[in-house]
Amino acid sequence: MKAFEKLQEAAAVEWQRFSCENQARILVGSATCGRAAGALSVLEAFSTELEKHGLHEKVMLSEVGCLGLCHAEVLVEIKGLDGRSVLYQKVDARSVPRIVKSHLIDGEPSSRKALAIMSDGPHNGLPTFAELPFVRHQVKIVLRNCGIIDPTNIDHYIARGGYSGLIRSLSIEPDEVIEEMVSSGLRGRGGAGFPTGRKWGLASEAAGEDKYVICNADEGDPGAFMDRSVLESDPQSVLEGMLVAGYAIGSRFGYVYCRDEYPLAIERLQTAIAQMREKGLLGEDILGSGFSFDIKIKRGAGAFVCGEETALMASVEGRRGMPMPKPPFPAVSGLFHKPTCINNVETLASVSAIMERGPDWYSTYGTEQSRGTKTFALTGKINNAGLIEVPMGISLRTIIEDIGGGIPDDRQFKAVQTGGPSGGCIPAELLDLPVDYEHLREAGSIMGSGGMVVMDEQSCMVDVSRYFVTFTENESCGKCVPCRMGTQHVLNILTEITEGRGNAAQIEQLNKIGDTMRRASLCGLGQTAPNPVLSTLRFFGDEYRAHVEEKKCPAGVCRSMVTFTINAETCTGCRACSMSCPVEGISGEKKTPHKIDQLVCIQCGSCRDVCHFDAVLVD
Amino acid sequence: MAATAIQDDISSVLEQYEPRRENLIPIIQDAQDCIGFISQKAIEEIAEYLDLSENDVFGVATFYSQFRFAPLGEHHVRVCRGTACHVRGSGQIQEAVMRKLGIAPGETSEDQMYSLERVACFGSCALAPLVVVDDDVHGRMNVRKTEKLIEKIDEGI
Repeated sequence: MKAFEKLQEAAAVEWQRFSCENQARILVGSATCGRAAGALSVLEAFSTELEKHGLHEKVMLSEVGCLGLCHAEVLVEIKGLDGRSVLYQKVDARSVPRIVKSHLIDGEPSSRKALAIMSDGPHNGLPTFAELPFVRHQVKIVLRNCGIIDPTNIDHYIARGGYSGLIRSLSIEPDEVIEEMVSSGLRGRGGAGFPTGRKWGLASEAAGEDKYVICNADEGDPGAFMDRSVLESDPQSVLEGMLVAGYAIGSRFGYVYCRDEYPLAIERLQTAIAQMREKGLLGEDILGSGFSFDIKIKRGAGAFVCGEETALMASVEGRRGMPMPKPPFPAVSGLFHKPTCINNVETLASVSAIMERGPDWYSTYGTEQSRGTKTFALTGKINNAGLIEVPMGISLRTIIEDIGGGIPDDRQFKAVQTGGPSGGCIPAELLDLPVDYEHLREAGSIMGSGGMVVMDEQSCMVDVSRYFVTFTENESCGKCVPCRMGTQHVLNILTEITEGRGNAAQIEQLNKIGDTMRRASLCGLGQTAPNPVLSTLRFFGDEYRAHVEEKKCPAGVCRSMVTFTINAETCTGCRACSMSCPVEGISGEKKTPHKIDQLVCIQCGSCRDVCHFDAVLVD
Repeated sequence: MAATAIQDDISSVLEQYEPRRENLIPIIQDAQDCIGFISQKAIEEIAEYLDLSENDVFGVATFYSQFRFAPLGEHHVRVCRGTACHVRGSGQIQEAVMRKLGIAPGETSEDQMYSLERVACFGSCALAPLVVVDDDVHGRMNVRKTEKLIEKIDEGI
């Protein structure tokens, strides 16, 4: 296609300008995580410093998206005038002058904050980026451009292969696109894992002229931010996926339904859509192919249940976001009663990569049943928290010990929670479990959208399951009884257990109510809401029994069962605890053992968190 | 604070939208951005504009947690209660804020200085636990740091 070749040529020139060896540049990772860590003030500091040294015309300063190393934010990549490129971690505004001087003026990469070398050639004793333990096991398909391109520049995306997948799709029949999607083995990344090709096939076969494509960007699971990072760092990859889906099923219109809690993602989407229109990649007769497609953004309004597809469609239509019984499935009768294909952000970003490089390439990654890669937001009690993408089938142990770098403060790993409020907790004995749809389900959890929260010995599993049910009880839309009443009853029971008023019969009740909710709830929210409870009952039954029988919380979290004391032998009198106590309940002279006043203590555990000598005891 | 009349004219919002039901939620969102909350009068005007019952509009507005029906205090304190924040102690942080401000999540202090909100997840989990005051994100918080943060705001710094 001539028109596209022209776009590619122009993009290559722009990319060359951005990335060529002789161009000194500073890239500041400034997606939401980076910004929360202070990326904008770092940007400003670089700008001031470059000006001060008269370097502002020689050195390009640019914002990029997220490289995924959230624990090391703010991340800055600097390429000096000699072409050597170094990634710096934990940069703050104060450290900027020294970094500019050493790297850009003296030509000696500053070592203290240097994390890895990004360019070929001499290493200066630094590891290469690909060698970092956090990076080594990863395969980046969905995140292929994240942190590498300027997300507000469509040319960067095109120059790195973007839209060639769409052009290839337009050169074959829609049915052939669907066939390729089937043979790639891609399954929906929103959680349930329905094969994407089959979903498209159903929508394509459905009768009717008007059809819709919806990108589900209502990433509501607490502890998950994969979709946000992709939208902020590489929005075009998702939008291209929507165009391919539109062509495949015969639709001319798509919506992106994005959480309003993600203002930067929405801004980046708006910019991306405007640039697509400018380049002729959106609207009537795209690049003269005869295919027309348009996209509109809908902001969510803060309802978790709207991640469920029928509830999402109700919300787009301007109604209360309550789910409908299925069938009819959205592929047959969805938005405005028209056939509708709903795919998640990560699925669509995979689609554009698959169409660019082919289904055979994609299906070499992953396992027989779960092809390709999956992104995870790795957080909680873990050293290297961040956003990762790994081939399906990798073991949980590799993710937590190698990529995540293990548990902080030499504590013991206890469980990893996957799948958010719909998932479960996987214990230490299953750490060698391969991560794919089937194995996670067997372990009582689900793949979910990709939240992975690590817990250590100081996390109480009864408290964690109460936490999730508090969430689902709050977010239950109330339409069906099993979910509305089930979450309320389960929450009441868990509250009684965590407050020391529970009894053994209630544990059986939890199993029963959970089973009813699972079978009888209208939508996925209610059907999966008992998972956090059932999975912790299965693997951490002892902990529940300790709560109800001995009225003890082994992890020292549930307050009514916990007494904090200070071990006079190990306490050094450093005062860290008394300074941290919010109720001034700890007394003692400097360098002499401290004491907790039990009448004042509110069992918040702040003292235990700050003690470096493990002198705060929990009983 | 001086008793000023509430500015709740949303005509500039309405004229940007065609009167179709599909636009109901965007209109309520823009109305809230415009006047800070959703007033009774705003509900009436939206209902009339879209030819819906006030009950219908109010029903939609109350379904979504984004919408509030009273003005915010001068400072908007949001405590993240996501999973990563929870396992890193955000429950205690929320309680510390409640103790300090004397209000529960969803409430505004009597002097109109503070509103407290519990947020399901900000999605910056690597910085857990998180407190957001107005638009400033404070990561890796603990009880003591949170109390100091509020003391600082009290002093007007």
